[in-house]
Amino acid sequence: MNFKNFKFDLSNKNKDLIPQVLTILFIVLVIIYFTINAQNNMGNRGISFGFGFLSQESSFDITFSLIDYDGSHSYARAFLVGLLNTILVSAIGIFFATILGVTIGIARLSQNYLIAKTAEWYVEIFRNIPLILQIFFWYFAALRALPLTVDSINFYDISFLNVKGWYVPKFIWTNFSLFLYSVIFSFILIFFVSKYAKKQRDEFGKQIPTLYISLAILFVLPLLTFLLGGVSLSFQIPELNQLSKTVYVYKGGVSIIPELISLALALSMYTATFIAENVRAGILGVNKGQKEAAASIGLTKAQILKLVVMPQALRIIIPPTTNQYLNLTKNSSLAAAIAYPDIVLVFAGTALMQTGRAIEIISITMLTYLSLSLSISVFMNWYNKKMAIKEK
Amino acid sequence: MIKSIKTWILVVLASSLLVACGQGGGGAGSKKSKTLDNTKKAGFVKCGVSQGLPGFSNADASGNWTGIDVDVCRAVAAAVLGDADKVKYTPLSAKERFTALTSGEIDVLARNTTWTLSRDADIGLTFVGVNFYDGQGFMVRKNSGINSVNDFKDGISACTNTGTTTELNMRDFFNSKNIKYEPIAFEKADEVVQAYDAGRCDTYTTDKSGLAAQRTKLSAPDDHKVLPETISKEPLGPVVRQGDSVWEDIVRWSLNTMIEAEEYGVNSSNASSLKDSDNPAIKRLVGAEGELGAAFGLDNDWSLRIIEQVGNYGESYKKHIADTNILPNRGPNELWTKGGILYVPPAR
Repeated sequence: MNFKNFKFDLSNKNKDLIPQVLTILFIVLVIIYFTINAQNNMGNRGISFGFGFLSQESSFDITFSLIDYDGSHSYARAFLVGLLNTILVSAIGIFFATILGVTIGIARLSQNYLIAKTAEWYVEIFRNIPLILQIFFWYFAALRALPLTVDSINFYDISFLNVKGWYVPKFIWTNFSLFLYSVIFSFILIFFVSKYAKKQRDEFGKQIPTLYISLAILFVLPLLTFLLGGVSLSFQIPELNQLSKTVYVYKGGVSIIPELISLALALSMYTATFIAENVRAGILGVNKGQKEAAASIGLTKAQILKLVVMPQALRIIIPPTTNQYLNLTKNSSLAAAIAYPDIVLVFAGTALMQTGRAIEIISITMLTYLSLSLSISVFMNWYNKKMAIKEK
Repeated sequence: MIKSIKTWILVVLASSLLVACGQGGGGAGSKKSKTLDNTKKAGFVKCGVSQGLPGFSNADASGNWTGIDVDVCRAVAAAVLGDADKVKYTPLSAKERFTALTSGEIDVLARNTTWTLSRDADIGLTFVGVNFYDGQGFMVRKNSGINSVNDFKDGISACTNTGTTTELNMRDFFNSKNIKYEPIAFEKADEVVQAYDAGRCDTYTTDKSGLAAQRTKLSAPDDHKVLPETISKEPLGPVVRQGDSVWEDIVRWSLNTMIEAEEYGVNSSNASSLKDSDNPAIKRLVGAEGELGAAFGLDNDWSLRIIEQVGNYGESYKKHIADTNILPNRGPNELWTKGGILYVPPAR
């Protein structure tokens, strides 16, 4: 080889590239080292590595599951049960945290001293107590405060609240799919109506009452399936059963377990404080002149908030609120402490224990949380882009 | 810029050296016991215990651990280091315990752990013996009208610990009886007790010794009772990592020594005076005959130290389980000579 012509090119491009390549090399080396080390150690101790266990029978039961599950199903199915439970509590938490957070955030800026101060106190108290303590508080305080099954709090004889959970009527459908199709069809129809309405407004300046038309469609179409399509709905109301002298249980209906209620409550009340602060920051971030200009053309306070302030505030609110949604989802893993069967309790807990496959199960669980968080991120980034001011 | 590149190369070289060293140290164990060497070097036995189970392993207000599981670790420390107090306790949840052991965070797991085939064979563990024969039972409220497991009906809710054999036995049991039940599994025992106490579940199921111990933590222990039936075999015993047979033998024979000492009537107060006993078995136990310790690389007084500092099995049971009223009756945990099933191979 001719070395004479070889010139080590230290142009700016290479200078920037070399440290990066070396860093990546270093990281890869470290990962390889840890993998080899783990393999060696596991080999020495007679531990095998593999994902074959996922298809084995799990042989443990789970309190609460959105899909059909019992111990004769596989570990993979148990994983799915845990994942769905995590998604369920996160979704409920995000929903209520958002409503509560926006309300409190706006309340903090209220002219009314009492409302503003109450909101401020709420934020300061719930933001500054560790979440795990709040979860324990809502769970054990609720358990202690709720009556035993036999003295349940009765809501109009159809719903019952007691220490074992909240029992609500179960919907029994006939021809449910037809009803479902009619709802989906209504939404498609509403989409076209609103598109048409927008066109009419933009081109001819005609105002079409889209909201009322949409509501009418959403009400009338499904109603027709009841009247003509043979769809019917009945309710199965929970009934009190006596198991022994003092042991009672409600059967029939749907039971919402206290673990889910208290976890969702704690997560949404905690996260709402952060969202409230984001909302407050967002509203304060809108230039005062905007509000004054809106007021000068005669908009009411509610209209100013809805039409002028919020659209601009959202740009400031959405990115940090995305973080809070991610936090809430990850915080839901504290569920294990109060026996809510989320993915950590079911899969990284019981399944890990029964199989002893720590590395496999923890990696799967970590990847799952990563994918969940990334999905939320992707969605919120899309929403953020949609809400961002479009320069015209 | 060139300087910074050089620094980078240096960092990478240094780290790859470190990697090489790390691998050199990780080789398989030879005849010598790595765990024993490490323990001697550290000056304490690394012992995994429960997060608080009266009678087995429980810490008092000043942080002193007591219980029959703790005594196994104390016996190992007495044998290996000459001082039963040289133990570092790591409280572990049911879920953490095996990973802590296989990863080397602890060297002995004495945490009321059930010996099962899959645990012994599959996950890199070795059970060295049984220090308590237990069985799973149910606790209910006295006023519940439930007097036997046959009174359980569809819809009953049962609290237990997650990550235990209990969870599996419970399913086997209810399935065999064709009863639909609601399982509520907590990570820590204290939360199970609280939830059961609050009425979240109708019955609390775990090993019977555990039920007896946890009952003392309820707000009104006398309002609860343990049902007579036992639904499973739960031989509880200490566990070590697979692959260090010398260490395994040390732990096994530390436990066996305590049981054998009771069999021959050797206890903490009379042990040293029995050095000139007429019975060769007793002489071997107190180190006056034979060279038994040499087999594990220990001196000959290792077993004497266990008996003197920790006591024999009977003393340990009486102190931690009988006198604390957890299970006053020894039941199957009596010596084979007295109608129980405690039987250990001879130390000779």
